[in-house]
Amino acid sequence: MARLLELKGVSLSFGGLRVLSDLDLHVDEGEIVSVIGPNGAGKTTLFNIVTGIYEPDSGEILLDGESIVGLEPHTIAVRGVARTFQTIRLFLNMTVKENVMAATYGRTRTGPLRSMLRTPGARREEREVAALAEEKLSFFGERLMGYRWEQPAYSLSYANRRRLEIARATAASPRVLLLDEPAAGMNPKETQEITELIAKLRSEGGYTILVIEHDMHVVEGISDRVVALDHGEKIAEGSFEAVATDPRVVEAYLGTKAAATK
Amino acid sequence: MSEPQIPRDEQGPDGQSRIGKDEWVATHGERREARSGVAGALLDRWERLPVWLPLLVAVSFAAVFPFLTDSDYVVRVGFNALVFALLALGLNIVVGWAGLLDLGYIAFFGFGAYAYAMLASNKFDVHLPTPAALVIVIAASALLGLLLGLPSRRVSGDYLAIVTLFFAQIFVTFTTNANRITPPWRDETVDLTGGPNGISGVDAFSLFGVDAIQVSSYFYIALVLLTLGMVALHLLSGSRTGRAWKAVREDPLAAAAMTIPVNRVKLLAFAFGAATAGLAGSVFAAQQIGVFPQNFELPLLITIYAMVILGGAGSIPGVVIGALAITIALEVLRGPADARLLFYGAIFAGVVLAIRPWQRLAALVAGTVVLGFAVHLVVGAVWPRGTERIAVEGDGLMGTLVEAWVLLPTAPGTIGNVAFVLLVASVLGLTLLGERWRLVALAPTLYLAAFVWENRLIFQPSVTRLLILGALLVVLMNARPQGLLGTTRVEIT
Repeated sequence: MARLLELKGVSLSFGGLRVLSDLDLHVDEGEIVSVIGPNGAGKTTLFNIVTGIYEPDSGEILLDGESIVGLEPHTIAVRGVARTFQTIRLFLNMTVKENVMAATYGRTRTGPLRSMLRTPGARREEREVAALAEEKLSFFGERLMGYRWEQPAYSLSYANRRRLEIARATAASPRVLLLDEPAAGMNPKETQEITELIAKLRSEGGYTILVIEHDMHVVEGISDRVVALDHGEKIAEGSFEAVATDPRVVEAYLGTKAAATK
Repeated sequence: MSEPQIPRDEQGPDGQSRIGKDEWVATHGERREARSGVAGALLDRWERLPVWLPLLVAVSFAAVFPFLTDSDYVVRVGFNALVFALLALGLNIVVGWAGLLDLGYIAFFGFGAYAYAMLASNKFDVHLPTPAALVIVIAASALLGLLLGLPSRRVSGDYLAIVTLFFAQIFVTFTTNANRITPPWRDETVDLTGGPNGISGVDAFSLFGVDAIQVSSYFYIALVLLTLGMVALHLLSGSRTGRAWKAVREDPLAAAAMTIPVNRVKLLAFAFGAATAGLAGSVFAAQQIGVFPQNFELPLLITIYAMVILGGAGSIPGVVIGALAITIALEVLRGPADARLLFYGAIFAGVVLAIRPWQRLAALVAGTVVLGFAVHLVVGAVWPRGTERIAVEGDGLMGTLVEAWVLLPTAPGTIGNVAFVLLVASVLGLTLLGERWRLVALAPTLYLAAFVWENRLIFQPSVTRLLILGALLVVLMNARPQGLLGTTRVEIT
């Protein structure tokens, strides 16, 4: 399998605080990789550094073999990295459908003048974008369909906001999808649904997925491979069973004493 | 790790996936059916109207407007309203859609006016044909917009406001003083802008071989430009660019993560806003046959902002209605008789809208009326001077009523000033009272307002009109923070 996303020796410090140190990580085409670790381990920073919000102090980030270090966030998104946010960041005052359509900006061409003149090309592209948005929204069954297309995003429930954020990310036509705690704050039923959904995103959507998750049921249910971080370092990597029972992972979550008495 | 803890009955039949089952969405059609009856049918009919129909009705009404009056003054007010509406539309792109607080916007209006004046007047003996001059002005304004937009790459919100406000001030200072500039390659001074005297003798618009001389010609030019502007911006609003602007307003970081080049999109908004303002400036300069620095000072900026905010930032018809309402209100408030009608009308409308149920409203109105006559009667008996004066513009029914109801002391100078301060204090006091006592205290406050109006404000309507407009805005923003036609926005992050 080809390495789609690869980090080599990535380090980042904020002042004297080392957030990521010498991190190696890779995601192969078609894989679902989970990143786990206690709070402050550097998981979200990892996403921020891949999507260009931060630039690493040292190390390399390769997307399909090409370096994306130093590119602007929107360029990285156009290259094929889309994400969701731990604290949901929707375009709240835009409609559900507009949220999804907005993410096609980088892949479409119509300029403002052609939009104002309604040229045939502009109309065709607008129809295509609308169809794409409807297709991405239909991925979630009935949840985001019908009258909800025209509703402002702020009127959605919490779980639907998370779903809409995933739909928006897929509309950016990514090759790698970064999901930051997709099941956070969801009830057991919704969590089960999101687990099935992530599997469906790969099987039907064809996305390669890197996911941060705290819910171990979800991690177990979806992961081909699990990477555990602590204090910005990779402490374990492998199958879910191997990582979940790794002494260093247990220690990171429960502390040394607990690990010793176990 | 154990299996996910999901109750049996939450899983579908046969343990099947329940992904995306949503009964609320599925039953939405049935709930909609519930909207029946005459009101429901009318509402459905209204929602199905094509968007261009209200525009067509409004434009045709505006088109016959110059025929309804033979006063050039009235048509000129109409022209001003249309130009300011165009100006407000441009500001709506930057502020309403892209969410960039641009306080330098008025300078683009001035730049457009000055640029047109330089390209088509005796100033430099350049007389470009109107279409050519307009194309150059629009392009130059857009370019200047891009330049002024550059700080928005780094600063946003309040900081951007200060930076751009600086630009607005620079523009006025520059045009006032640029009549004696010494360029490095010459020794004597050059007159660029005419200084405080501005540039006069600006060419009239000349389109299709016809010179626009009359005010009504400019009225129609402005009407056509405004209509085109509304249509173009409506198309832009729902387009790829419009969505990108709104996405950047909502969340720049998320927008960037969703393939939108945030900085480029911001600059584009600045350029479009500036181009619109430049176009409005050109028409303004040609109609006025001259441009002067004081045309483009801060009060106008505040007025334009008031139009956008009153109408509802982000809504095209809202912004246009806001512009028309404010321009016309400011004009009407110039004359004492009309201003009086507007003053009492606004107060009455405000009370009717705010006081519910109708029993309370009736009690308040009756109480205020009775209170007025009672006070008038008592004061007339013990202090004759207090009711002696004849009302300003006292002819007709309105004047008679005022003289019978409001105290009109002779030489009201000091009394008026004291009453004004008292009115402000009691309005502030009203906001502290509970609901019941507020209603009781409202009647004397309303009477006091009428007293202040008749004895102080009405003498200088051109000064007090801004005061009244400000008060109206405060009241309206409390009642409807999103503006007349704006949509409710949430600010949760």
